[in-house]
Amino acid sequence: MDLTELSKRYGGKLLLRQEILIDNPLFENLLKANYFTSRPSIQSKWLHNQCQRCGNQKKSLFGKIPCHHCGKSHIYCRKCIEMGRVMTCSALYEWSGPEYFGPHHKNPCTWTGELTRAQQKAADRIVQAILNREQELLTWAVCGAGKTEMLFPGIAQALEMGQRVCIATPRSDVVRELLPRLRTAFSGICVQGLYGGSLEKDGTAQLIIATTHQLLRFKHAFDVIIIDEVDAFPYTHDPSLPFAADRAKKERCTTLYLTATPRRDQQLQMTRKKLPHVFVPVRFHGYPLPVPVFHMCYSLKKDLQKSSPPKAFFKWFANRKNQSRQLLIFVPTIKLSESLTRKLSVDLPDFKFMAVHASDHDREEKVLAFREKQFQILVTTTILERGVTFPSVDVVILDAGHTVFDEAALVQIAGRAGRSPDDPTGEVVFFHDGKTEAMIEAVRAITKMNKRGGFH
Amino acid sequence: MNCLWCDTDMIPEMSWKTIFWLPKPKRLCASCADQLTILQGKRCSKCSRLSDDGICPDCRWWKLHATQEDPLICNYSVFAYNDAVKEIVSKWKYRGDYCLGNIFENDYQKAFKENFSFLSTETMTVPIPLSAERMFERGFNQAKMLADFLPLKSEELLLRSHSEKQSKKTRRERITSANPFQMATVISTPVLLVDDIYTTGTTLRHAALALKKHGCPAVYALTLIRG
Repeated sequence: MDLTELSKRYGGKLLLRQEILIDNPLFENLLKANYFTSRPSIQSKWLHNQCQRCGNQKKSLFGKIPCHHCGKSHIYCRKCIEMGRVMTCSALYEWSGPEYFGPHHKNPCTWTGELTRAQQKAADRIVQAILNREQELLTWAVCGAGKTEMLFPGIAQALEMGQRVCIATPRSDVVRELLPRLRTAFSGICVQGLYGGSLEKDGTAQLIIATTHQLLRFKHAFDVIIIDEVDAFPYTHDPSLPFAADRAKKERCTTLYLTATPRRDQQLQMTRKKLPHVFVPVRFHGYPLPVPVFHMCYSLKKDLQKSSPPKAFFKWFANRKNQSRQLLIFVPTIKLSESLTRKLSVDLPDFKFMAVHASDHDREEKVLAFREKQFQILVTTTILERGVTFPSVDVVILDAGHTVFDEAALVQIAGRAGRSPDDPTGEVVFFHDGKTEAMIEAVRAITKMNKRGGFH
Repeated sequence: MNCLWCDTDMIPEMSWKTIFWLPKPKRLCASCADQLTILQGKRCSKCSRLSDDGICPDCRWWKLHATQEDPLICNYSVFAYNDAVKEIVSKWKYRGDYCLGNIFENDYQKAFKENFSFLSTETMTVPIPLSAERMFERGFNQAKMLADFLPLKSEELLLRSHSEKQSKKTRRERITSANPFQMATVISTPVLLVDDIYTTGTTLRHAALALKKHGCPAVYALTLIRG
């Protein structure tokens, strides 16, 4: 392997020795010649440790292991152990040889679709941010605005400038869904998708789409980093993900945030003009967002305990406006999703039901089958709240007042309906036994976005 | 304390009992502990499989058809094999999350006390070893960790030559495979073999055979999981 090949393969990475596929004598030489630099993998300050790969500082997520190689006891990080064990006696290595510069592509975008006016405005703003190497830009686009397409001109611009681009998203489902779309949109360019269990692992492509966890293996790698769904659950609740995303940036890097439901602190930053942003209030097909309807059921908790939906649900179900639509039912817990599916298939024998949740092994197949209309009703937990598109569905939440359904989740769930231009409306019904702040705020946010989009 | 598996904070229950007896701290939260099933009820006295007969049909068949005497007197397993235990063990063994082994400490010790208290104090525990290559890969031997939980002297008497992982083989391949164990010393005390999973029992029987050849009078086995 020559130097350019090495710098292409290992530039911008932070790896364990076993992840570097070079035999020992050559590696020793490279290390001596300062082409690789070793870094301590766990930093200890007094009694306080920090894993240098994932940033973990939580005491309960460090363990002690007697080391077979040196006979001593070491501390290891339990948080990022799925990516190979990091312990005190094994260093992390980064490439410090000559930097690899990607080729400058001429007109890399092969996508032939057309952007709507609102999309074009946002796309132009993104291109400008990349050209001027601005630090941050938040794109606030309603659910179903066509965020991916809006990115294409910006990504094309970055590739023309020979930059490395990464799209980071919290869920592997989204990586799998976006990868083929990006491959067709940039057909002349090597696009790689990285997620736990993906076949390609080397991450050398100029355009990478990865789960935020996979960013743990990168350091100073990207000129443009696009963080999808900044407000989504793993990114906001797991401090190691912002830590990894931050480290994966080059010194001068443009960070683009995408979201449909910015969190309060982001909204505050935007109104204070601390965070530049662009707002896309209309869906790509030009119709407003469906506004959720509340449905009070006094016996909701009692019914759900017997894992049956409330009477009002059946009444609504029998009279819904467009009977040919599929139905998505959101429930707060995994247990309920399973028991409810069993009960419903007895109560409504004419329909086919499936349940899907985070610990479901056939999740992908079930979602795919639902998209292909192989069955009518899907019962799910909040895992399908974002990033997935079904062309024509009605959406129901049972027990919308539950704490798992916060404002962002409710807005996202409501955004699953009416995604396709052939059926741009859809019913969204929240069954509840008492309105919560989140529900009211969600409806307020949706009507506000519709208003800003010019619908009254 | 946090749950070793899901890392949620556990608030220990306080009662007079916890004040006066200071019981061992729990390693798992209630919902994670629920997913592990401890084998209970009637079981085969030879291989620990759940069975209403004293000896299960499989073991009877072996007894009839075996060309030599079974080197292993009996095996006792603690947990049933299910998805939860499978996930924990694979993260513990293959990913190398050493601490996870502590999840099993209490139940493993309890099983030893209840079933092997008849063993004399000079009995030795022998963990099933890893081959040198695999040891290099993993950095620790999970069976050694289990053996260290027990109140007996533990010796790593056996050596293992490198071969394909047992878990990648079929049943037939396992049963007919060659004995990978060697031994350098002679031994005169009974031995309790320690391993994580009993599936066909071939590994344990190979180890028992090697021990017997070198003078061991009796070999028992205490395994964590009955596959």
